Amino acid sequence: MRAWLTCLLAIVWREALRFITQRERFIAALVRPLMWLVVFAAGFRAALGLSIIPPYETYITYEVYIVPGLCGMIQLFNGMQSSLSLVYDREMGSMRLLLTSPLPRWWLLFSKLVAGTMISILQVYTFLAAAAATGIVLPWSGYFLVLPALIVSGLMLGALGLMLSSTIDRLENFAGVMNFVIFPMFFLSTALYPLWKMAESSPILHDICAVNPFTHAVELIRFALYGQVNWWALGWTVLAFAIFMAGALRGYDPSRGMIRGKAAAGS
Amino acid sequence: MNGLAVSHLSFGYGAKRALDDVSFSVAPGRFCALLGPNGAGKSTLFALLTRLFLPGDGRIEIAGIDLAANPRAALARIGVVFQQPTLDLDLTVWRNLAYYAALHGISGRAARSRIEAALDRLGMRERSGEKARDLNGGHRRRMEIARALIHGPALLLLDEPTVGLDVAARMSITAHVHALCRDEGITALWATHLVDEVEADDALVVLHRGRIVADGTMGEVRGGLPDLASAFASLTREAA
Repeated sequence: MRAWLTCLLAIVWREALRFITQRERFIAALVRPLMWLVVFAAGFRAALGLSIIPPYETYITYEVYIVPGLCGMIQLFNGMQSSLSLVYDREMGSMRLLLTSPLPRWWLLFSKLVAGTMISILQVYTFLAAAAATGIVLPWSGYFLVLPALIVSGLMLGALGLMLSSTIDRLENFAGVMNFVIFPMFFLSTALYPLWKMAESSPILHDICAVNPFTHAVELIRFALYGQVNWWALGWTVLAFAIFMAGALRGYDPSRGMIRGKAAAGS
Repeated sequence: MNGLAVSHLSFGYGAKRALDDVSFSVAPGRFCALLGPNGAGKSTLFALLTRLFLPGDGRIEIAGIDLAANPRAALARIGVVFQQPTLDLDLTVWRNLAYYAALHGISGRAARSRIEAALDRLGMRERSGEKARDLNGGHRRRMEIARALIHGPALLLLDEPTVGLDVAARMSITAHVHALCRDEGITALWATHLVDEVEADDALVVLHRGRIVADGTMGEVRGGLPDLASAFASLTREAA
């Protein structure tokens, strides 16, 4: 068991060191949601009227509404960034090194996932601090209570990235992931507008939003920030995590995985 | 017990057969060169030996341990140097070695002493704080070999480890691995397509188009031909 923990800590530490040395990545991770918060929210504040919906107990500004969605956005992008780094690692051979460790493969992949989640949480808290500096202060207890929600949502979105990384054979193909995964997941969710707003414009889009795992990750974060547990969102997020993790394990399974085919060209 | 035993190994990518009924063994402490032209199936064989892929048919034993039946114990006895460099260039030499030790569950004092021993073997202790990026190609490769030995493997797998190195670095690394076999009893499987990396008393397996076309000592494989290059050219031409 000690060997497993040693391995987990080493993978987390390596990811943290890589993240710290990649200053541009940290800045990009912070600037993106801040731009949305300052520019996008200012523009849409007047256009979008928000009614009082749980977990809010009073009228809120649009900036306050989108903070949980932007926390989710950070984790979504981080999950995809980790996925990108896995594809890069595989091309460069580091992933091979990891997978030849004698520890169980599921544990190695889970350790990678934990490492990515930790990085995403670090980014979210930096963003929340920056948001507070611009005057968007949330309930103080929420800053602590949101941590478990961020762990669950980070693991789910990281597992999605892990699963996708096993299907992408080249870095160049990553643009497709941006177009067909990240943007639909983000825009077809409650990150930018509540579900009832979407229902007003299109019942079909509302239904898509309602089953989008990212919606539930955002709602989990939103309720946690106000000291509440959204059990429905938690259930959905955990279920999505289980499905994505199973897909990732299948993708990296040496007997069935998609990595088999990818090596063919180079062998 | 052999350092490595491969029997009736086959593998395909869909309809394309990459390895076809491959069998050979390497005695403990021997340096075995796996010689084959590009596309012979060397990298596929290495992927199977390191369990990145699972074979369709056949059996692999690492130091007497069946890889399929007991993968974790078998992988713990293997050290691998991949064809592509796998160092984290932005991390220091020490961190790279510590990371690898941790992947094998080695930490604390045990990791420290093994890393120090590895650096001493390379004569690089004073450079342990430098980033891997600052090392030249030869030093990086030597460091990868030292890293692969940190957990005390019985079998060292090297997939074309001298690709991209100058002649002096190639000779130095080849001599280093031969010395490891001779002095420390490590079994080495060294994949290459360069015949000058094979020494006279090395074991030699020639792979071509997924099949073993020669297996013996260098002298046996060479036969009556003047040098190994001629024998290699003849073997890969005849089988083509």
